[in-house]
Formats: sequence, C-alpha cells, structure tokens
Amino acid sequence: MAKKIFPKEEVCVGCHLCEVYCVYAHSKYKKPTPKAHELIKLYNKYKDSKPTPRILVEEKSGEWTTFALQCRHCDDAPCTKACITGAMKKLEDGRVICDEEKCVGCWSCIMACPHGAVRRGENKKAASKCDLCLELGEPACVKNCPNEALVIKEV
Amino acid sequence: MRYVIIGNSVAACGCIEAIRKVDLQNPIIVISDEKYRVYSRPLISYYLAGKVDESKMYIRDEDYYEKNKVEPILGEKAISVDFKNKEVVLDDNSKVKYDKLLIATGGKPFVPPTKGFELKNVFTFIKFDDVKAIDEAIKNGAKKAVVIGAGLSGLKAAEALIKRGLEVTVVELANRILGSILDLEASKIVQDEIEKHGIVFKLETSVDEIIGDGKVEKVRLKNGEVLDSDIVVFAIGVVPNIDFLKGTELKINRGIVVDEHMRTNIEDVYAAGDCAEGYDFVFEQQRVIPIWPNAYNQGETAGYNMAGVEKTFDRGFPMNSIGFFDVHMITAGIVVPNSDDIEVLVKHDKEKNAYRKIYVKNGRVLGFMFINSIDRAGMITNMIKEGLNVESIKHRLLDDDFGYLDLPKELRQEKILGGAKA
Ligand SMILES: Cc1cc2nc3c(=O)[nH]c(=O)nc-3n(C[C@H](O)[C@H](O)[C@H](O)COP(=O)(O)OP(=O)(O)OC[C@H]3O[C@@H](n4cnc5c(N)ncnc54)[C@H](O)[C@@H]3O)c2cc1C
Ligand code: SF4
Ligand code: SF4
Repeated sequence: MAKKIFPKEEVCVGCHLCEVYCVYAHSKYKKPTPKAHELIKLYNKYKDSKPTPRILVEEKSGEWTTFALQCRHCDDAPCTKACITGAMKKLEDGRVICDEEKCVGCWSCIMACPHGAVRRGENKKAASKCDLCLELGEPACVKNCPNEALVIKEV
Repeated sequence: MRYVIIGNSVAACGCIEAIRKVDLQNPIIVISDEKYRVYSRPLISYYLAGKVDESKMYIRDEDYYEKNKVEPILGEKAISVDFKNKEVVLDDNSKVKYDKLLIATGGKPFVPPTKGFELKNVFTFIKFDDVKAIDEAIKNGAKKAVVIGAGLSGLKAAEALIKRGLEVTVVELANRILGSILDLEASKIVQDEIEKHGIVFKLETSVDEIIGDGKVEKVRLKNGEVLDSDIVVFAIGVVPNIDFLKGTELKINRGIVVDEHMRTNIEDVYAAGDCAEGYDFVFEQQRVIPIWPNAYNQGETAGYNMAGVEKTFDRGFPMNSIGFFDVHMITAGIVVPNSDDIEVLVKHDKEKNAYRKIYVKNGRVLGFMFINSIDRAGMITNMIKEGLNVESIKHRLLDDDFGYLDLPKELRQEKILGGAKA
C-alpha cells in the first residue's frame, strides 16, 4: 500500500509555500528546508522558465477555497499504462515516479491521469510529478506547510 | 500451468505484469518474430529524429524477463496454432505447448497494391528495423522523401525526416490530416503549424506509381503530379496481424473477437491489443482500438483472467496524445459528431493558438479535441470513462484552468481522498 498526501481545503490559505518547498526539495540542494540565500540562488537559476513544482495549488477567481493537489500514487496508476517509454512507473513501495531521463514529453500521462496531477516540467521537456520526496524521509510540502493543510498517511 | 504469449509488445507487458501479481510460480513464455526485447513502437520516430538512442527504446529494464520469470523466444515467428493439442507452431517447426494462450500480435502495416512497391528505399513505418533501414538510406545520401498517409504515424515519420534535413511531402487521400483524431476545423489549425516547418501536403490524392530503376526516383500521384523522391514511406495505417490464424475456428471479424475478459471463442485462448476487437465504450460497438493504453489494459485484463482472477475491461475507447514540433494535442472519444443531438462546445484562443472543442450529449462528454491547451486533460478523459454528468460545469471545461474546484465539494473530496479522511 502506498503512502498518500491528503490536502485539507478547510485550512489551506493558498500561500503556495508548498510549491516553493517542493521545487527546493527537488533541486540540487535536495533538502527539506531551504536557507534563504539558497532559495534565491535556486530561483535565479531559472531565467526564462519558472521552475515547475510537483504540486498544484488549485484556486479559482471569485472563490475562497484553495488546496494543494499532487499525485495520488493510484493503485492502478493509469499514467503508467499509457506511458509509451516506460518512464512512468510504479515502484514496489507503491510510489509512482517518472524517470525524467527516459521521458520524451509525449504527455500520454497527462491524457490518462484522472486527477490532472502530472505537470509539464521546465521547458516542457519531461513530466514532473510528486515522488513523495522519498530520499528526504518526509515530503517537503507536508513538513513545511505553515497551516498543516497537508497530511501524509498510509492507506 | 504454462502461459504462452505470442507477441512481445505492450499488450504482452500488461499480461505478464498482471499474471505476476497473482502467480509468481508458473512459467510464462513470450514469442516474438522481432529479435529485440520489449521496445516502444511509438518511439521509432524519436529514434529516427535522433532524439532517443537505442538504449532508451526499451520500455522495461534489462532484467525484466528474468525478474518476471519470463522465457523469451525472440526472433522466431509463430506460423500456426494447433488449438486442439494446445500448441503454437514456430517457423522452425518446433512446438510450444500452452495451457493458457494470449495472442498479442498487434498490427501490421496496411499497404494497398502499388506499382513500384518492391523498389529499394520503399519503407513501412512500424518496427524498429524499419527506422534502422530508413536511417541507413539517409546516411547513404537520400535527400527527398514522400510519406504516404497523414495520420499519426505518417506525420511522426514526416517530422523525423524533416528534422534529419530531408525535403518532405506528405500525401493524403482524405481532405484533412489526422483524420482519426481531429475534425476539419482542428485539423486546419494543426496543418498550418506543421507547414511552417516546411512539410508540404498534397491532400485528396494518393500514390499511383513509384518509379525508379532498382530504387526509388519518382512518385506519381493519382492527380497526375510527379514528385522527385529518394525515399517513400507508407504509413496509411495498421491492420490486425492475424493472417496466420485465418481459416481456423478462431472467431475473427476485423480483429480477433474478444469479450470483456479478453476471451476468444476458444477455451483458454485470449487476445489483446491491436490484433483484438473488443468493446468500444464510447462508440458502443465492437472495434479494434489500435492505441497503446488500450493494448496495455487489454493485456492486463487477459493476464488476470488467464491466472484465474476474474477482471473485466469494458471501458475502452480511443484516446491520443501526440505532438508535432511545438504543437501538442490530446483527443479522446468521438471527434466527429455522429448525430444531430450532440452539443458542441468550442473555444479558440488565437493569440495562444489554443483550441478546445468538446462534444456533449445528454449531459455527458462524448469526446474532445484539445490543441495547445492540454494540461489536466486526463480529468476529462476520466469523465468520459465514468459517464459523469457535466451539465452544470459544461462551459468551464473549455477553460484551461478547469479543475477540481469546479466540481461540487463532496464529489471533489471523494475523488481526491478516495474515501480516506484528511
Ligand atoms: C510509429 C508509431 C507511433 C505510434 N504512436 C502511438 C502513440 O503515440 N500513442 C499510442 O497510443 N499509440 C501509438 N502507436 C500505436 C501503438 O504502438 C500500438 O497501439 C501498440 O504498440 C500495440 O501494442 P500490441 O502489444 O498490441 O502490439 P504491437 O506493438 O503491434 O506488437 C506485436 C508484436 O508481435 C509480434 N508478432 C506479430 N506476429 C507474430 C507472429 N506470428 N509470431 C511472433 N511474433 C509476432 C510483432 O513483431 C510485434 O513485436 C504508434 C504506432 C506506431 C507504429
Ligand atoms: S500521476 Fe495521476 S494517474 Fe499516475 S499515479 Fe499519480 S494520480 Fe494516479
Ligand atoms: S510524457 Fe513522459 S512520462 Fe508522460 S507518458 Fe510521455 S514519456 Fe511517459
């Protein structure tokens, strides 16, 4: 069974900090919590394109509700079945990850993911998605959300 | 118990992976006439363009067969099946016994009888060996190419060839390109973009004769035009690769007829992928749906049933995600309305060159075409699959920031949380 992150829309304020921490955790720093100067350096690196977080904060004009959605690491993972390269795969621990080296950006995974949880990464080259920050022990978005609007649970 | 699979592509993978979820013991034998371990057909155009090298053509790790206890028999063709004695006969006349058989032989190129087809440098565009041969011809100096067929694979071939520096003309019998996934209006938008990259289209005509002395020199079209050419690529389409099974008791219509368990009319024999004709949930009829996800899903369903776990797959329908140069499109379901009571929703943002068209009937999405506005399209594919009533959110579906916030709270939470409490 996979671990999943659950958003609580009741307490999310739409601050987008989860996105910032996500980008940082997947940068070369690979740490859960950034130091300010590292963060500035990191964002400076992306001159033309904003880095793509693996999490998506949903908001809609005229509405107060917001929440942060990421890959559900589905049991049947339709994205993996549609992937034409084998880049998108389900690991034994239940996580679904994208091997960005193999990905060719055909977006079959976007066509197949029922949650709209796959994003096109920087320069729209490879699919970018939540990998639960496994190397860090704990997802950076969950750890750093100031409102505890994200919870990780085994289901 | 011996599982035997004829064919070694994505439908076979689905089958192997399903069997190994429930049966770790019994042997699986995979037979393929191609010598390669399981690779991606859609990637052949990327290989030809130089975007993907040989090592990345393979869709599973090198130890895949070993890890899954699969015995591959590669480079050997199945020439017949003895359904009574439960044996597959190979071209060296050896026999492979099975208890459960999956036929996953996919598609073969459709080529109408054409004068000059036997000339050197006439190719089809399906297999790894096809693009290796085309690559060779380019290295030997080919400069001009004619591609027959403006469907998905023809245009992928044309894109790769132009990226390799050739002059490319695409010939298409229909009045539009990508006829299987786009209607006339959407097709025009994509054609304009592709033409900007130098590909020339000849629509509403076809090839009459390929002319040359030993190898291709010219192509004469049905409209009388004659084009200089060093290479001809036939990419008109695929038909089920099942000739070796014709005339047996196996029930074949266009493809091998299967039920929702992927069973054929013969006991212990299953079929999946481009060679099979299963139920199309959107068109509400039996059809061959020659696309990758369908092949995987059918193979997987077959695998479970072969291993004794009953599973059904009755939600197949066509869907495609494809890009040419910088134009990306995702389409699904019905793309040309087939009755009068279908409502059409359209939005064309000319500035962003983004286009969305959705067909709705009785509150349900029947199909869509999204061009350059594809993020989160899977939510809509899934709505087709689930038959969700979209009456109240119809017009939001055209906006590229459509999302879960457009759904009623309970439904959204059920989808995101899947029954769990955050
Ligand atoms: C250029 C190209 C691009 C494509 N792009 C896309 C795309 O972007 N998205 C998408 O959804 N689909 C795409 N497709 C279609 C997709 O590749 C097919 O739907 C899919 O490969 C079907 O898988 P399959 O397992 O049914 O069979 P196939 O992939 O057709 O494989 C069948 C295998 O069986 C072998 N075989 C056949 N007969 C025998 C025999 N008698 N004995 C032994 N072996 C045999 C064949 O050699 C082959 O290895 C593309 C196809 C092509 C050609
Ligand atoms: S990307 Fe989408 S389909 Fe794939 S596992 Fe995540 S939520 Fe499921
Ligand atoms: S975009 Fe990448 S990960 Fe997604 S289906 Fe295509 S190759 Fe696979």
